[in-house]
Amino acid sequence: MCGIVGLFLKDKTLEPQLGEMLTAMLITMTDRGPDSAGIAIYGGESNGRTKMTVQSDTPQTAFAGLETTLSDAAGGSVTMAVKSTHAILDIPAGSSADVRAALDTLNIRVMSRGDSLEIFKEVGLPKDVADQFDLAAMSGTHGIGHTRMATESAVTTMGAHPFNTGDDQCLVHNGSLSNHNSLRRKLRREGMHIETENDTEVGAAYLTWQMQNGATLGEALTSSLDDLDGFFTFVVGTKDGFGVVRDPIACKPAVMAETDQYVAFGSEYRALVDLPGIENARVWEPEPATVYFWSHADAPSATEKAA
Amino acid sequence: MQTIDLSETGLRAMNKMLHAQAETTNQTAWEIVNPKGAHAIACGLDAPIEVTVKGSTGYYCAGMNQQATVNIHGSAGPGTGENIMSGKIVIEGDASQYLGATGHGGMIVVKGNASSRCGISMKGVNIVVQGNIGHMSAFMGQSGNLVVCGDAGDALGDSCYEARFFVRGTVKSLGADCEQKEMREEHLTLLQNLLDEAGIDADPSEFTRYGSARSLYNFDVDNAGAY
Repeated sequence: MCGIVGLFLKDKTLEPQLGEMLTAMLITMTDRGPDSAGIAIYGGESNGRTKMTVQSDTPQTAFAGLETTLSDAAGGSVTMAVKSTHAILDIPAGSSADVRAALDTLNIRVMSRGDSLEIFKEVGLPKDVADQFDLAAMSGTHGIGHTRMATESAVTTMGAHPFNTGDDQCLVHNGSLSNHNSLRRKLRREGMHIETENDTEVGAAYLTWQMQNGATLGEALTSSLDDLDGFFTFVVGTKDGFGVVRDPIACKPAVMAETDQYVAFGSEYRALVDLPGIENARVWEPEPATVYFWSHADAPSATEKAA
Repeated sequence: MQTIDLSETGLRAMNKMLHAQAETTNQTAWEIVNPKGAHAIACGLDAPIEVTVKGSTGYYCAGMNQQATVNIHGSAGPGTGENIMSGKIVIEGDASQYLGATGHGGMIVVKGNASSRCGISMKGVNIVVQGNIGHMSAFMGQSGNLVVCGDAGDALGDSCYEARFFVRGTVKSLGADCEQKEMREEHLTLLQNLLDEAGIDADPSEFTRYGSARSLYNFDVDNAGAY
């Protein structure tokens, strides 16, 4: 059991409250996942540079002087904002491979990479994780959150969701994959970097691998229905919106609500009850084995068209 | 009419109050406000009372119900009416997965749609759905009736025993050992009674009956591939 929440705002006036709304939804899902929590938030801004969220268990020493070290590695200016065990790096576009290599030598973990995505995740109760990163104060266009009850692997920061699958893309999962060991071996042979014994990380690496080989996100999600064995409700975040897919058996719960102001996702209706206008929202369960997308992009990108 | 505000009373205290009602209680009408999708609302009732929940409910609302009538003025979460023994549950909105699972008796009415596994392993409960039902509904259904005024999803009645299914719309696919059956006079009468009891206006002659082909009842090595 795990909890998933997601919120995609249509009404721009709600954007300053995104963090607050999403945090309340996340905390409601504590019963479904008290082990760790995480949130992926899309700020919506894009300044032509790349954003990286990184994490260290010893932030005081690890982040000291990091801007200088990384500026040298990136060949351009790097700025940093520290938030507890995480830091948000603003790096020159196109320098992410060099920065990543430098971070690897310093044992600093990369949580996310993209133009607007930030991922914060840690072990602990959702309420405490939300406080730690002051998630309620964040604004943005859309975001997804996850509360984890660990089944397949240890309770660690790297085992927490969301998982970054590509630039500005992330994945959260409720369920358990049963063929993750064989798939991990296969993906590692293909050169994919998989750090933990976690099943969802394999799911995330699978999507990344598919997209590296030319699949759109929609195609990658569709092929996951054939290649992943087990139970899953996935919610994926993209730069412009989010997507939902459930396995064909669809045991893992999912409820969606839509009004003129937002599209919301919750593992249970409980997570949605405090949203504005929920009484008159269209509330439904996404169909099994069906890929859904909601997007801010006026003209859908190739990725979204594929869905 | 007794009104309970769930956000003030709390779930355990509320259910305790409802459990305290005896067969002879004079407090027969109850209203629950602010349910906010909470789990196990009005679970395990055993008295001839009528409980109306003003809003949507979470997991297992009215589970194990006996005698009581529970009205849900909203949508109902997974496992609503699980193992219902008697009484009636009326859901004004939609119902989530495994509605009325293993139900032994009584009636469940859904004014909207029901999700997957509706009536799974039903053992005597009658379920009437005004809209559609999802996949794997009435899996291993043993007894009772499932009436669907809309369409049914994949694998209806898989591995069923003697439960009866009446569907007015289309059936996406039938499960193993489930087949279409003849609609005889006795079935039209039975269906009319079920629709009347559910308070739903529909013409029984528009429905098709499905049930067990009875070829998987006992293990037969020739059927091994079908199990």
